[in-house]
Amino acid sequence: METIAAASGITSLTWLLIALPVAGALILLGSGRRTNAFGHLLGVATIAGSFVVAVLLWLNMLGKSSDQRATRDFLFTWMSLGRFKVDVALQLDQLSMAFVLLITGVGLLIHIYAVGYMHGDDGRRRFFGYLNLFVASMLLLVLADSFALLYVGWEGVGLASYLLIGYYQTRESAGPAAKKAFVVNRVGDIGMSVAIMVMFAAFGTVTFQGVFAAAPSASTGIVTAIGFALLLAACGKSAQFPLQSWLLDAMEGPTPVSALIHAATMVTAGVYLIARSNPIFEVAPNAQMGVIVVGVITLLAGGIIASAKDDIKKALAGSTMSAIGFMMLAVGLGKSGYVYAIAFLLAHGFFKAGLFLGAGSVMHGMNDQVNMRRFGALRSVMAITTLTFGLGYLAIIGIPPLAGYFTKDVIIESAMARNPIIGTAAVIGAGLTAFYMSRIFFMTFIGPKRWTQDVHPHESPVVMTAPMVILAIGSVASGYLLMRNQTLQRWLEPVTGFTEPDGALRPLVLTGITLAVVALGIIAAVVLFLRRPIPETAPSKVSVLVSAARRDLYGDAFNEAVFMRPGQWLTRSLVWVDNRVIDGAVNGVAAGLGGLSARVRRTQTGYTRSYSLVMLSGALLVIVLLWIVRL
Amino acid sequence: MKNLPWLLIAGLVPLAGTVLIAVLPRKFEFRARWIALASSLVTLGVVIAMATQFSVGGTQKFQFVTSYKWIPAFGVNFTLGVDGVGLVLVCLAACLVPFVLLASWRDVQPGGSVKSYFGLMLVLQTVVIWVFSALDVFLFYLLFEAMLIPAYLLIGRFGGAQRSYAATKFLLYSLFGGLVMLAALIGLYVASQTLLGSGTFDFQTLSSLQINSGLQNLLFLGFFLAFAIKAPLWPLHTWLPDAAAEATPGTAVLLVALMDKVGTFGMIRYCLQLFPDASRTFAFTISILAIISIIYGALVAIGQTDIMRLISYTSVSHFGFIILGIFAFTNQSQTGSVFYMVAHGFSTAALFLVAGMMIARGKSRNIADYSGVFKVAPLLAGFVLIAGLSGLALPGLASFPGEFLVLVGSYLRYPALAIIATVAIVLSAVYILWLYQRVATGSPRGVVVGTFGEIRRREVLALSSIVALMIGLGVYPQVLTRVIEPTVKTTITRVGAVELAPTQIKDQVDKQVSKK
Amino acid sequence: MNPMNYIYLSAALFAIGAFGVLFRRNAIVVFMCIELMLNAANLAFVVFARINGTLDGQVVAFFVMVVAAAEVVIGLAIIMAIFATRRSASIDEANLLRS
Repeated sequence: METIAAASGITSLTWLLIALPVAGALILLGSGRRTNAFGHLLGVATIAGSFVVAVLLWLNMLGKSSDQRATRDFLFTWMSLGRFKVDVALQLDQLSMAFVLLITGVGLLIHIYAVGYMHGDDGRRRFFGYLNLFVASMLLLVLADSFALLYVGWEGVGLASYLLIGYYQTRESAGPAAKKAFVVNRVGDIGMSVAIMVMFAAFGTVTFQGVFAAAPSASTGIVTAIGFALLLAACGKSAQFPLQSWLLDAMEGPTPVSALIHAATMVTAGVYLIARSNPIFEVAPNAQMGVIVVGVITLLAGGIIASAKDDIKKALAGSTMSAIGFMMLAVGLGKSGYVYAIAFLLAHGFFKAGLFLGAGSVMHGMNDQVNMRRFGALRSVMAITTLTFGLGYLAIIGIPPLAGYFTKDVIIESAMARNPIIGTAAVIGAGLTAFYMSRIFFMTFIGPKRWTQDVHPHESPVVMTAPMVILAIGSVASGYLLMRNQTLQRWLEPVTGFTEPDGALRPLVLTGITLAVVALGIIAAVVLFLRRPIPETAPSKVSVLVSAARRDLYGDAFNEAVFMRPGQWLTRSLVWVDNRVIDGAVNGVAAGLGGLSARVRRTQTGYTRSYSLVMLSGALLVIVLLWIVRL
Repeated sequence: MKNLPWLLIAGLVPLAGTVLIAVLPRKFEFRARWIALASSLVTLGVVIAMATQFSVGGTQKFQFVTSYKWIPAFGVNFTLGVDGVGLVLVCLAACLVPFVLLASWRDVQPGGSVKSYFGLMLVLQTVVIWVFSALDVFLFYLLFEAMLIPAYLLIGRFGGAQRSYAATKFLLYSLFGGLVMLAALIGLYVASQTLLGSGTFDFQTLSSLQINSGLQNLLFLGFFLAFAIKAPLWPLHTWLPDAAAEATPGTAVLLVALMDKVGTFGMIRYCLQLFPDASRTFAFTISILAIISIIYGALVAIGQTDIMRLISYTSVSHFGFIILGIFAFTNQSQTGSVFYMVAHGFSTAALFLVAGMMIARGKSRNIADYSGVFKVAPLLAGFVLIAGLSGLALPGLASFPGEFLVLVGSYLRYPALAIIATVAIVLSAVYILWLYQRVATGSPRGVVVGTFGEIRRREVLALSSIVALMIGLGVYPQVLTRVIEPTVKTTITRVGAVELAPTQIKDQVDKQVSKK
Repeated sequence: MNPMNYIYLSAALFAIGAFGVLFRRNAIVVFMCIELMLNAANLAFVVFARINGTLDGQVVAFFVMVVAAAEVVIGLAIIMAIFATRRSASIDEANLLRS
């Protein structure tokens, strides 16, 4: 365990990373129409500022020896009650640094792109305010020094995604999609709350340092419980099975949002959480197995869903599910996986952002259409988009020497070393990736035109293509740069630890097998989508698997049948109970008393003499009683 | 400075405002609002000045104590004084009223009496401030009942169509609780007479008595019933949706955000400190009821079709959290509860007020009549969302530290109950966001066309002040928890609950596991 | 003379008064019977004062007389008013209190 020094010098500026986008969000959202004219520029500027600070901090960190790099920037005490103490303090170590660079770097590119993409939208200022909030929350998430503060960023990310997915407020489908994302995320948050409660009860602290120091000596039951609770949280945020259903609907947001959610922020949070909590998972093998199972299921399910979607953004969303599944699988592998997971996550940040921005560029040229069946042959009119998208495509399927090859192969290798079944699943996942990504690329950019009458596709402006080009360069080079000489491995080792995977198969053989499967996937796509004409409407007579994949493998149907309908029935019946039974009892008592008093009132005859008779008998009664008592 | 009768003054200022309003000639009726606002601001100033004099963790349990002889024959004194819990609640009462007045500037329908509306609100403020600072049980009881009068008149005279049904229900419910409490109060007096020789109502004397456990249980139940009705705890909650929905938004805020807090305040101050053994006896049962409140309130809120009723049911759920925290008897949970009382005061105020503004524009409480408010009035919709987010305890807003501390603290005592309570995290997201989705998103339809307009500057001022307070408390809760914690510690010591300090020592951890 | 005899007289007067209140319909007669009962009580008070040798009973008797006088004034005025409107002094006809 490395020591964490108090922040000093430049590292005491860590708070600026978050403060800049927070300030941006507050100004943009609080100032009203006054900042409409330059709001988007302010939004870009704050992220650029954060990025500059991040680079400075990184350079500073590079100058230190590997066990001196972590710093803690204490700001103020948030809550302090007895032993429950939560500071607002930012812990910047190698793992956070990697995320900070990814978030601010890719975030900056997406912000710049959005300037062009959202041009002419009335709410552009508001949009940039939300984007800044998103980045700020994610930065808080990765810089927190305790689970409680991480929770704040965690929820902030949820809120920002809610606002951005529901950005087109007047669209009838945006509201439900945004709500679904937030509610499903909150199911995950139950896990986060429970994890924190158990941690405090067991260890008396919720800081990373304290919990990780105590975890090795805690009972297996406690750490396993914490591990599974954290896994639930990660599933919610990272759209892993069984909480994956919000991700596909989240495409209701503007495309830069999708890029931000899928590449730089949000879905990577779950991977970060588990990588960060590695000391807990190291002593909880059952929870680790849970992570692997979730990862494998999601990577396969995501691939299957992505293969059947005609909506370019939903297909890419399925792809993200699958890719995050890979990362979860990797972090589940323990010390032989954390580094690879982060490497793949960083590389994925480049190519997935590039792919989404490319998709946005296509939509920009095609009147916001998303149906790939009406695309085709766009390479002739959108050269830069085709090139950048193409490079991202080659990178994600793992063609050497692009980023995906370096980073995904090691995960497969590590998985195979753990267990051949897991490894095989990962290889199949790689093949699926090759298949659906080829399908997307062929249907969109190659083949004959299938455009609708009214579109006139054109290349996007420079403000949009420039970020795409930079991301494409990243997709090509990042893998090599990260993995060469174990750069990332040596960087992260103090935080996550590392052991070389020790498999039965030789790495070269495995790489050969993987590449063969990938080639198979490409060939299948060529046969199905390049050689054969693509019908302009989706064929309805399809196999069971395809129709299941089109319906997200019945994830929504399942949720509806198991949670929504019983839930609706429950709320309806409880409302009935409340109105009729509980309130009915209250009103019943009132009515009973009313009825009783109506009876009693009959005794009031209005005859003076009957009243006086009652008075007299009453007086006599009292006298008699007194007399009896006296006796 | 410390010797000034601060609490007496804080209560007399709004009362003076009422008198001024009462003698106001009918011609200048509309000046009543300004008088009310001015006197509530002066009250706020007085309370802030007082709060700065409060010494946290001082040797004296109660500070700013002023005492006057009242009915010596029965040992009744007019004694005021606050501990940490009382102080933050007095602050809540002082902070909230100016915003409520500002937001209900035009709540009185033509023909209604502006004078009595604003006058009654001020009377209510006086009573609430004193009820939080009474140190004489008899005085507390009297004020507890006296609150009903202005509240009854405010609901019954200025509310919606069903207002007299709602007001009567509210009054009868509360009177029933008050009656049982009166019986317990007399019992307490008699008990003090037998134990001390001469009877007394002085809280500080009574809170060190050792009453025998059978009698304690009865007296506890007597007090608790009144507080549970006021709080409101399931299944005694049904007066709240009616009262809050039929009252004007301003009244609803005073009702739910302030008056109901007297219930939970009374549990901490009176139930726990006067009857510690009984509190321990009933803690688990009450915690179960609190859990039912949490889940049930949230579920029923989801099923509501009326905006105001929906907000009322969310309060039922939140009060469940507060009560759970109180009866978990841990430092974290109980401090969290008191913090949550304040936070809930602000967030419910924001919700009721913003809903009231929407209803004033749409002339309907039915959620289905609204759609696409965001398109027409983005600022209004934005405030609906922020207020809602505070209602679902988003970190960064005031409710979160409260709810979070309650959960973390309750887990130490009742792990299973705390885990069940986390379900409300999801349910609260459903009821708030579904409300927002139905009301604000989509295209404008129903009543959200025509004259439906954006909120005015005055309304923005009221709401943004509350939002600023909510953010301030969410980011820096220490400002309150520091004040609350010492009081909670003495309360828990008085209750004599076993301290549940979390432990890092391995075998003790294992023991805890095997206990579960 | 045995003071108890006065008590018996007082009791007899009270009983006659009570009987009259219960069985007569004419308001004036009822009123006179009430006066009879009051005076029976007065007599008892005075006798008890005599028996106990204190003045308290006599003082109370004066109070009763004052109250009775006041009552007569108001009561007769009410009866007059009722008679003026209804042309009848029967108390059974004045049953407006009945629902």
